[in-house]
Amino acid sequence: MFAVNLHFNLFDFMGEKDFEKIFQEKIDNEIKIEPRDWMPEKYRQNLIRQVSQHAHSEIVGMLPEGNWITRAPSLKRKAILLAKVQDEAGHGLYLYSATETLGTTRERTINDLHSGKAKYSSIFNYPTLTWADIGAIGWLVDGAAILNQVMLTRTSYGPYARAMVRICREESFHQRQGFEILLVLSKGTTEQKEMCQDAINRWWWPSLMMFGPHDSDSTHSDQSMKWKIKRKSNDELRQNFVDMIAEQVKVLGMSLPDPDLKWNNKTKHYDFGEINWEEFWNVVKGNGPCNRQRLDARKKAWEEGEWVREAAAAYSEKRKIKPKTHKEALETV
Amino acid sequence: MNIIIRKFYYGDIPEDKSGGDIVSKETKTDWPLWEVFIRSKQGLDHKHAGSLHAADAQMAIENARDVYTRRMEGVSIWVVESKYIHASNPDEATSFYEPAEDKVYRYPTFYDLPDEVKHM
Repeated sequence: MFAVNLHFNLFDFMGEKDFEKIFQEKIDNEIKIEPRDWMPEKYRQNLIRQVSQHAHSEIVGMLPEGNWITRAPSLKRKAILLAKVQDEAGHGLYLYSATETLGTTRERTINDLHSGKAKYSSIFNYPTLTWADIGAIGWLVDGAAILNQVMLTRTSYGPYARAMVRICREESFHQRQGFEILLVLSKGTTEQKEMCQDAINRWWWPSLMMFGPHDSDSTHSDQSMKWKIKRKSNDELRQNFVDMIAEQVKVLGMSLPDPDLKWNNKTKHYDFGEINWEEFWNVVKGNGPCNRQRLDARKKAWEEGEWVREAAAAYSEKRKIKPKTHKEALETV
Repeated sequence: MNIIIRKFYYGDIPEDKSGGDIVSKETKTDWPLWEVFIRSKQGLDHKHAGSLHAADAQMAIENARDVYTRRMEGVSIWVVESKYIHASNPDEATSFYEPAEDKVYRYPTFYDLPDEVKHM
């Protein structure tokens, strides 16, 4: 794909192996890989898969929350939620741009989402039933995402790392606003407290699943660690998350729905129960509560936006036909 | 020996039509890609912020505002269509930048002066 045969004097006596060696040396020495550098085709494909999946997650992630913008309980909450959802759109765009530097087009990337070829984070296939879910998403879902994204600010591919730095800077308000929503509910009426606990109960396990399968079952992990695309394993990140949340939940005066959750003085970590992997794989395969609905919503938005894209393109074409000088342009304003 | 090398004509975005088996199914509605440069405050240079798609320059600037300056990160925006950016070749970096390597006399620390000399 996108390959041409070029003859370079220097490269005439260099083989694929030499290129790989130089590449791996850069990785080992913490030198970032930039779009124009040579990279193994598998590294490129691996990144296209991961970064586009990440981008799709940001975009699909707007749906369960966008659903609550008009129903948020106050003008303040509406404004905050709107800003958050707008951030997610921006994050999707940073990541789509990073994907494009790997040699794929925006159209193709979006087609892959719509055709079901590309995945997005399964967490967004769960429904947001009450206002407390918006709090739980901010606290748990964004909390889990942030752990992953902080790690990715140090990923080996330059454009991906830069997008992550920007995203992390913006994302921390997302988690704080979520926790604050739950904090307010946790101090409210009995009904509000119950709503708070119910949302935590429903979002806890899916949040743990966000870190992916166990290291022993993860197909892409080994290579990704060697290439420093990932720098911490799924289980390592998941443990960090549990340790963090198990403490924070105490501030809310709520509990996590896991009878096996217990501080382990030997490991200095929380022990926790086993994830329902059957549910995990089932949702990944497309059978979650909202898979169908999410994809349909994306496709509908894409199709209904077609006339806008067409009109803008036509307008741009029309203006190209009659080029104006700067002076003329100013006079006509 | 032929080595397969991806060829980039400009910036960080690979040229889609530089060979290979990809049949571009570009339609009229595919907006071109733009590179965005932002001046974060008066007195500083514009710095590359990222890229985005837009039908024309005005839309590119408005989209750049929404994508890259939601938290007052900028006071001025430049956009340029990505295809107009030309870049040096990283594969030639060693020889390309070599002339600067052995010229330590370009740095002030190269010169040994007595301590009595002040303000220099």
